[in-house]
Amino acid sequence: MGGRVLGGLLLAALAVVPLVPMAGMREYTLHVLVQIFIWSFIGGAWSLMGRFGLTSLGHGAFLGLGAYTTTLLWNFYGLTPWLGGVVAVALTGGLAVIVAYPCSRLAVVGHYFALVTLAVSEVVRLLIIAERDWTGGSLGLTVKAAGADSVLALQFADKRVFYYGSLLLWLAGLAVWSRVDRSMARSAMEAIGEDETAAASVGIRVTRFKVAITVLSAALTAVGGIAYAQYISYVNPDTLAGIGVSLRIVFAVVLGGMYSLLGPTVGTALTIALAEALRVVFGLKFIGMAETIYGLLLILFIIFLPAGIYGTGRQLVRRRPPAPAAG
Amino acid sequence: MIDPLFLAEAAVNGLLLGGVLALLALGLNLIFGVIDIVWIAYVDLVMICMYAVYFSVQVYGWPIWAGGLLSVALGVVLGLGVHLLIISPILTSAPVNQLLATGGLLFFLQSFATFLWTTDHRSVRLALPRLELFDMPISVARLIAFVLSIVAMLALYLFLTRTYIGTAIRAVSQDREAMALMGANPRRVYLVTSAVGGAMAGVAAALLIIQYAVHPFFGAAFGPITFMICVLGGLGNMVGAFVASFIMSEVIAVSGVLWSTEMGYVIAFVVFIVMIFARPGGILARRG
Repeated sequence: MGGRVLGGLLLAALAVVPLVPMAGMREYTLHVLVQIFIWSFIGGAWSLMGRFGLTSLGHGAFLGLGAYTTTLLWNFYGLTPWLGGVVAVALTGGLAVIVAYPCSRLAVVGHYFALVTLAVSEVVRLLIIAERDWTGGSLGLTVKAAGADSVLALQFADKRVFYYGSLLLWLAGLAVWSRVDRSMARSAMEAIGEDETAAASVGIRVTRFKVAITVLSAALTAVGGIAYAQYISYVNPDTLAGIGVSLRIVFAVVLGGMYSLLGPTVGTALTIALAEALRVVFGLKFIGMAETIYGLLLILFIIFLPAGIYGTGRQLVRRRPPAPAAG
Repeated sequence: MIDPLFLAEAAVNGLLLGGVLALLALGLNLIFGVIDIVWIAYVDLVMICMYAVYFSVQVYGWPIWAGGLLSVALGVVLGLGVHLLIISPILTSAPVNQLLATGGLLFFLQSFATFLWTTDHRSVRLALPRLELFDMPISVARLIAFVLSIVAMLALYLFLTRTYIGTAIRAVSQDREAMALMGANPRRVYLVTSAVGGAMAGVAAALLIIQYAVHPFFGAAFGPITFMICVLGGLGNMVGAFVASFIMSEVIAVSGVLWSTEMGYVIAFVVFIVMIFARPGGILARRG
C-alpha cells in the first residue's frame, strides 16, 4: 500500500502548492509547474505509442494542428476554444488516421515509420509558415485577448486557475495511460510490437489496434497543444510543430522511461527543470550555452541510462528481496 | 502565366541542387546501410565543416582548395568521433535510443555553434565568371559543385567496388551476421564506414559553402530532406538515393518557382510520404 499512500501525499502536496506563501517566487514556480504538467501530459500521450515500438517523430504535427486550429478559429471567428478544441481534436484524429492507416497496412515500421512521421511534422510546420497571411508565418500568432477572465475564452489572468486546470489534465492523462495499461489492447499491442505477423496469425487485428492507439495518442497530444496555447496565449510554428518539438517530447519520455506510468512525468520534469536551471545560471550572457549542456546531458543519459531514469530506479528497487507482505 | 524560361531555369537549378543533395544523402545512406543507425545529426556535422571552410578561407585567407581539404579531414575526424564516442557504446540498444543519441548530438552541435559563432549567416564569396546558357544565368559556383559532387560520388563508387575494405562494407550492409562468420572484423568495417561517411560530409560542406551561407540551423534546413532522400531511394541503396536526390531537388526547385519555397518543400515531403506508401522499399526496390 506504500505506493498509494505516497501518491496521495504527493497529490495533496501538489494541491496546496499555490497556497504556500512564496513571496515573489510564486508566479515563477507556478509557471514552471504548469509547463511540467502540460508537457508531461503530452509525453504520456506519446508514450502510449512509443512503448509499443511505434516511434513517432510526428507529434509536433498533432501538437501544432491542435493549437493552431483552436487559435485560428478563436481569432478569426470568435469560436470558443471549447468548441474549437473539439474541431481541432477531430482534425488531428483525422490526420492520425491518414498517417497510421497506410503505415500499418503497408507495414511501414521502425526507422521508416519514424521518418514518415517526421515528414508529416515538417509538412505541418512548413504549411503554417507558408500560410503566413492567416498564421503569421514564423513570427507566430497571439491568441486574441478576451479582455477579462473568461471561462468561454479559456483565458485567466490568475496563474492558479491554469495550475489547477493543468494538474487535472495531467491526472486525466495518467488515468488514460493506466486504463490502456490494464486493458486487453495492451497485450495485443505488445504482441504486435514484438512480431506483427505472429500477432496477426493468432487473430489480432493489427491495423485496427495500431490506428486506434495512434488516434488516441494524437488526440491527447492535440489537447495538450491546445492547453499550452491557451496558457501561453501565443503559438509559434517552431515551438509547436516540426522536428525540434517532436524530438523534445521523445527525449523527455525516453529520459524518464516510457514503460512506466510516471516515467514521462519524471523525464519532462527533469528536462524542464534542467532547461530552467541552465537558463537562470547563464541568463543572456552565453547564448546557446544552456542548450549545449542540455544536448550533452541528453547524449550521456541515453548512453548510460538506456532504460530511463525512472525505469532504472524502479529496476534497482525491484532487485531488492521482496517484502513478506507484498502489496 | 509563368514564363517557360523561369521553369527551365528552375529545372536547371534543381538539377544542380540535386548533385549536392545526392552527395549528402550518399554519405548518410552509406552509414545507414552498414551500421543500421540513422545519424539524425549528419547535416549538422556538415554545418561544422562549413564553418571550418568559412574560417580558413574567409578569415585566415587560405586558398579554397586548402579549406576544402581541411573540411574533408575534419569530416573524417568528426565521423570517427561520433562513432567511437556515441554510437559504439549503444550499438546494441533499442533503435529509438540510437536515434535519440544522435538527436542529442543535433541539439548539442546546433547550440554550441550558436554559442561560438552566433546566429549570423556567413558565406564564402568566390570571384567566378558569369555564365549564360540560352539567356539563362547559370551559377558557376553551383556548376562546379555539381561536377565535383559527381566526381566524389564516382570515387565513392570505385572505393566500394574496387577495394577490399569497400567490398567488405558492401557485404556487411547485405548481411551483418554472415559477414562476422566469414571472419571479417565488423568493428573495423564500422570505423572505416564512419570515416568515409564523415569524409563525404566534409566534401559536401566544401561544395555547399560556395553556394549557401552557413548558420547554426543549417542542419535543420537540409537535414529532413536528406533523410527523405535516403528513405525514398531505399535505406542503404546508393543508386536509389542518387536518383531520389534529383527527383526531390526538381520537385523543390520547380514548385518553389510555381508557388513558394515553403510549398516546394511541403510538396517534396508529400511526394515522399506518397512514394513510401506506393513503394515501401524505395523507388528502385524490386517488387517482392
